Amino acid sequence: MRTPRLLALVAAAAATVPLAACGGGNDDAASGAGDKITVDASDTECKVAASESDAGTVTFAIANKGNKVTEFYVYAPGDRVMGEVENIAPGLSRELIVELASGTYETACKPGMIGKGIRNAFQVSGSAPALTEDAKLAQATKDYQRYVKSQTGALIEQTTAFVTAVKAGDVEKAKTLFPIARTYWERIEPVAESFGDLDPKIDAREADLEAGQEWTGFHKIEKDLWVAKDVSKSGPTADQLLADVKTIVDKANTVTLSPVQLANGSKGLLDEVATGKITGEEDTFSHTDLWDFAANVEGSQAAIAALRPALEEKDAALVKTLDERFAAVEAALEKHRDGDGWKLHNTLSQADLKTLSDEINALSEPISKVAALVAGK
Amino acid sequence: MQRRKVIGLAGAGVVGAATAGAVAWRSTANGEAAQESADRIAFYGERQAGIITPAQDRLHFVAFDVITKDKAALVDMLQSWTAAAARMTQGKEAGALGAVGGLPEAPPEDTGEALGLPPADLTLTIGFGPSLFDSRFGLRDKKPAALADLPKFPGDTLDPALSGGDLCVQACANDPQVAVHAIRNLARIGMGVVSVRWSQLGFGRTSSTSTTQATPRNLFGFKDGTANLKAEETSLLDDHLWVRAGDGPDWMTGGSYLVTRKIRMLVEPWDRTSLLEQETIFGRNKGEGAPLTGRSEFDEPDFAVRGDDGEPVIATNAHVRLAHPTQNGGARLLRRGYNFVDGSDGLGRLDAGLFFIAYQRDPRRQFVPVQMRLARQDELNEYIRHVSSGLFACPPGLLAADDFWGRSLFT
Ligand SMILES: [Cu+2]
Repeated sequence: MRTPRLLALVAAAAATVPLAACGGGNDDAASGAGDKITVDASDTECKVAASESDAGTVTFAIANKGNKVTEFYVYAPGDRVMGEVENIAPGLSRELIVELASGTYETACKPGMIGKGIRNAFQVSGSAPALTEDAKLAQATKDYQRYVKSQTGALIEQTTAFVTAVKAGDVEKAKTLFPIARTYWERIEPVAESFGDLDPKIDAREADLEAGQEWTGFHKIEKDLWVAKDVSKSGPTADQLLADVKTIVDKANTVTLSPVQLANGSKGLLDEVATGKITGEEDTFSHTDLWDFAANVEGSQAAIAALRPALEEKDAALVKTLDERFAAVEAALEKHRDGDGWKLHNTLSQADLKTLSDEINALSEPISKVAALVAGK
Repeated sequence: MQRRKVIGLAGAGVVGAATAGAVAWRSTANGEAAQESADRIAFYGERQAGIITPAQDRLHFVAFDVITKDKAALVDMLQSWTAAAARMTQGKEAGALGAVGGLPEAPPEDTGEALGLPPADLTLTIGFGPSLFDSRFGLRDKKPAALADLPKFPGDTLDPALSGGDLCVQACANDPQVAVHAIRNLARIGMGVVSVRWSQLGFGRTSSTSTTQATPRNLFGFKDGTANLKAEETSLLDDHLWVRAGDGPDWMTGGSYLVTRKIRMLVEPWDRTSLLEQETIFGRNKGEGAPLTGRSEFDEPDFAVRGDDGEPVIATNAHVRLAHPTQNGGARLLRRGYNFVDGSDGLGRLDAGLFFIAYQRDPRRQFVPVQMRLARQDELNEYIRHVSSGLFACPPGLLAADDFWGRSLFT
């Protein structure tokens, strides 16, 4: 999953941050298990104190010394997330403990939580037993479950911040937090949707309602913020939203999706994009649909990434196609970035939307083959 | 990639069971038996089917943009398309596993809405647009001069979003669901490589391409295209329809150039027009379709005859006069257009008209001068608007199952 842009970024990072300079000498950099590897994250840099480690448990200690919220990831090839810490506020330090087999990895800081982040190569050596195909599939569900856990943690934090702003009557702040909170929601939507009654309470659009049905959730508050421009009566809805999010998060963290469900979830997220986000139906008042769009794609990619070791064995050519098409979607979307966020849906031309739609279709078609591959023994 | 393999395998000569009725067997170039029956049109042959094939009753026409820069991916898709087209025109499903034969966890290889329907004379005809010959795929040198962009005609109100395209596929059948099924499956196979630019459904063919067919009527209620080229007029076809060796690049020899025009008809004003004016505008009577100087449809119009008032009986700006070969240096076209109704337009007006389709040896000498004359003078222009335009080079047919659409162009 390397866009040319990303490659350039990685190369630049490697060039400006020589590996030897990261942690002093080789002596203290590569001892592996036991020692923490410090990560100094700023808005422009990601200084990882070591570029290699022995196989086994590796602990990173990340300090956010910048002014933007950041995230830290360890990626295996194909951007398979081996471990991540979401939502590290400025001034805070967090730890990531991750188990790594021998192989080539990348670390990434994501100041502002956007894009591919600032990357560094990370090499792990030593012995690790090879997994069977079944074990790889089992591992995929575990990896994805961990991803869900990290996302739900951030979802609660960001929804809390959003709800707090709403209840404080701070319309402007609430407007900026709305798409950020939804990002974590939209990334794990297939999990959320498995809880039939809670999903509509949190995410129903006005048009979805039946006559007489009570409207709650994100989009009700969205209308208050953007249309009424008044949240003085939105408190109870905001409280309800946070309570519902907490309930769904508790449930989501107990669910283990099967590999086939993972595959269908990744396709489902792209279908969400094709049906709701391209059309601007999702965030009809705020027009922040591209945030949801990006989050759906990221969530889809996370599910595929979890399945990747198994897929590599079954159909390497398909994996290559998926890599290329995820990269193409990202490149098409990247044209519409606006600062740390995205342009509003209603500022895109029909031609822009057509291009995005084409790229989503191009990606969805090969993704629709994954479920059968995973199921076919 | 998996799909292509499966389709390719199945494309290699699977022959369906003989059905009752007139069934003829003939050999294709590689010796395989291909079946032709009353409702099945041979896919392989010297010419592409769907040009002089007696016009079927229904149309689904689609124009695509190529969205990949990877020539190999495009060629790969054209191979997949060819295999699927060969199957579907013979009444089979788009892929070997079909609509219900695959794994339950996988999306079906065929979308399934044509299951149980007959082949319905389905033909699939491919064409390549001028824009395909830009710098993307190294085709500049292969672009035929005859594929020059059409000029702007006076009065054109073309919508660019409904015009042009790098590729087109014309699906004609006697069952609309069969035609739609074919286009839908090709569009799906092409995802990531091509993107649908525009498409058009048509019903009620508006011309006959065979002497066995009666001349149909357009939505103005008139017989149109009486002077059309017919499949039986072999030597006329050689002069006016099929591209000859030496006309242009070799890959087009035996092919034909396709012009499409979507012509919106303003039916409500037309319906308030007197019969006399309607007949004057066309230069034919409405009942028989006879020229105003004759008694039956196929009487040659006599443009010299004047009435008691000293004016020509067939007006100087009548449609039949302006479009007639004798008035256009002998230029003839093979038309196989369709009526369309795309619902209503929100103002309560029928969104309807003629999807004009014409095949010819060289648009610069045939469609362009005729349309220029019509655009300048035709009294009918008061009641019609040209809203979409397309131009495509349709190569000759495929002779063998290992050939594929576009091979002569891309390799
Ligand atoms: Cu005419």
